[in-house]
Amino acid sequence: MTQVALDHVSKKFGANVAVNDLSLDIADGEFFVLLGPTGAGKTTTLRLIAGLEKPDSGRVLIGGEDASSWSVAERDVALVFQYYSLYPRYTVGENLAFPLKSRVHNYSADEIAQRVDTAAKLLRIDHLLDRKTDKLSGGEMQRVSIGRAIVREPTIFLMDEPLSNLDAKLRESLRSELKDLQIKLGATFLFVTHDQIEAMSMGDKVGILHDGKIVQVGTPFEIYNQPRDRFVASFVGSPAMNLVDVTLADGKLSAGSGLDVALTDAGRSRLSGHEGALTLGVRAEDVAVDSEGVIEARVHHVENHGVEKIVTLRTGDQLIKATVPAISQYAIEDSVRFSINQAKLHGFDRTTGTALTSG
Amino acid sequence: MAVMATLDPGSRAAARGWSDLTIRNAFIFPTIIFLIVFNVFPLFYSLGLSFTEFRASLNRAPEFVGLQNYQELLSDPGIWENFVITAQYVILSVGGQMIVGFGMALLLNRKFPLKGLVTTLLLLPMMLSPAVVGLFWKLLYDPSWGPINYALGLGKFEWLSHPTTALFATALTDIWMWAPFVMLLALAGLSAVPQHLYEAAEIDRASSWYKFTRITLPLVSPLLMIALIFRTMEAFKTFDLPFVMSTAQVETVAIRLYQMAFQGWDTGRSSALAYIVLIVVLAITNIYVKYLNKAKER
Repeated sequence: MTQVALDHVSKKFGANVAVNDLSLDIADGEFFVLLGPTGAGKTTTLRLIAGLEKPDSGRVLIGGEDASSWSVAERDVALVFQYYSLYPRYTVGENLAFPLKSRVHNYSADEIAQRVDTAAKLLRIDHLLDRKTDKLSGGEMQRVSIGRAIVREPTIFLMDEPLSNLDAKLRESLRSELKDLQIKLGATFLFVTHDQIEAMSMGDKVGILHDGKIVQVGTPFEIYNQPRDRFVASFVGSPAMNLVDVTLADGKLSAGSGLDVALTDAGRSRLSGHEGALTLGVRAEDVAVDSEGVIEARVHHVENHGVEKIVTLRTGDQLIKATVPAISQYAIEDSVRFSINQAKLHGFDRTTGTALTSG
Repeated sequence: MAVMATLDPGSRAAARGWSDLTIRNAFIFPTIIFLIVFNVFPLFYSLGLSFTEFRASLNRAPEFVGLQNYQELLSDPGIWENFVITAQYVILSVGGQMIVGFGMALLLNRKFPLKGLVTTLLLLPMMLSPAVVGLFWKLLYDPSWGPINYALGLGKFEWLSHPTTALFATALTDIWMWAPFVMLLALAGLSAVPQHLYEAAEIDRASSWYKFTRITLPLVSPLLMIALIFRTMEAFKTFDLPFVMSTAQVETVAIRLYQMAFQGWDTGRSSALAYIVLIVVLAITNIYVKYLNKAKER
């Protein structure tokens, strides 16, 4: 069942188009991540669903019904803000109880206490209930604001980059906590982020947003392995996919300046039916650095990532990144050879950026 | 480089051979001398005089009388009457200013065309001289041809001749004049309330009243307290408006003090009264400051 849907929604702020004819379906109980760079329209999309913004055109559907005319309160969504938005001067407990004290609900004091207690235990902030919010750390604050969303048991949780103000270690642990929480509650989550690691690690489904438009919706696996266009390919994945402008002629890829590769059968089947100018995409892990390699290069830069190293190789005026085992030793300007796994190469239209390869 | 040099006063002063310390002293010493001559010295001199029998109009040395001035003042029912009138005046005018000023701030705390112009116009009363304001309102209250009687259809009602109505009329003038001050401070407080808190409250399905009492008021209250402190101090010492508008009818402590000091030339006793006023004002502001600190802590 579709829990939330956007139907050809557009929103402009002055001359700036924040969301452009966007359609989106989020299923019941799904952890949906909206991923895009800053300014792509992620927050606006979220605010449109919450009802904090009204669309210029198109419809917002909640639970299958047109919610366009509903007020924020009627939509019964919970929104966790990037900047916590805790009520100052109140304790953690009072903050958690705030949404329950609204007259709409008419909860008894016992029920409020019990719900606050459950949420606090779930988020492991039950020892902080009497503390003022300005005495909390960033992680605790964000947990309280998530708790404030949970106590109400809303139909949908909207999260606007809730982890981006936290330090890396905390982000990592809250990431898995949030995912656990969503499974425990069985609730629908719409999570907005610019961090592709968050998107890949938490999302059941990921929607890539670019310039107010949805570029691709799919599982993290699909997004990573079958990017629909050059933007998705370059945005998702760390390091970013190597993209090289090449010319394909007579079963041979050439990028000028000495980078010439003959296509193998695997490569030929990937790019069959395409000739001439295109953009070649290869992930760093599909670049193999070994003495048997068909392409000659020099080591331009080495980054140590602990589990592995990322070497930037220079051939002609092209820079290609490759993942190598952490134990391998390379010095800058070493002469090496490499080859690419042609079964995994991607091709993109040089002008439109659309993927020519699929699967 | 030349532009930089002219823009940076430090480097210019440095070019003249002024060190930071010289500049600091150049500002501090005149201020200290000014304060000592005009504030500190009169403060202690009048404290001394308050224990004496002294008339500034006579060429006779002050005669030490101990606490006699204080004793007589505090046992004088007339003085207590003055304090009661002052208290009534403070409650009326400061209470009115807080309500009207905060109301205006709430109205102005949104976007609308010509907001800047409207705000400036509302601030004008505060910038006028109290003497001008007093004379202006005296005209408005005029029994024979004042627009207030005309608008209310009160005939020849003499606002400023009865002690009670004069008190209300003067307090109303004070409200008109100083509500913009409260508005200015409240507006600063209101615009500092983060918008996302209201959005979060909306998501949490809080009613407007709930948002006002739980978010707006607690965040604005420290600034409202500061407005309250300033206005109470000022209102307690009110002299100009009652003096200009209705010389005899609203006899606040300050009016009484003026009469005692400059009409009766009872310098010693009036110094004692001034000290009593000072102690009362200090006590009231101390209570406020305690509340202010509590409001800030919360």
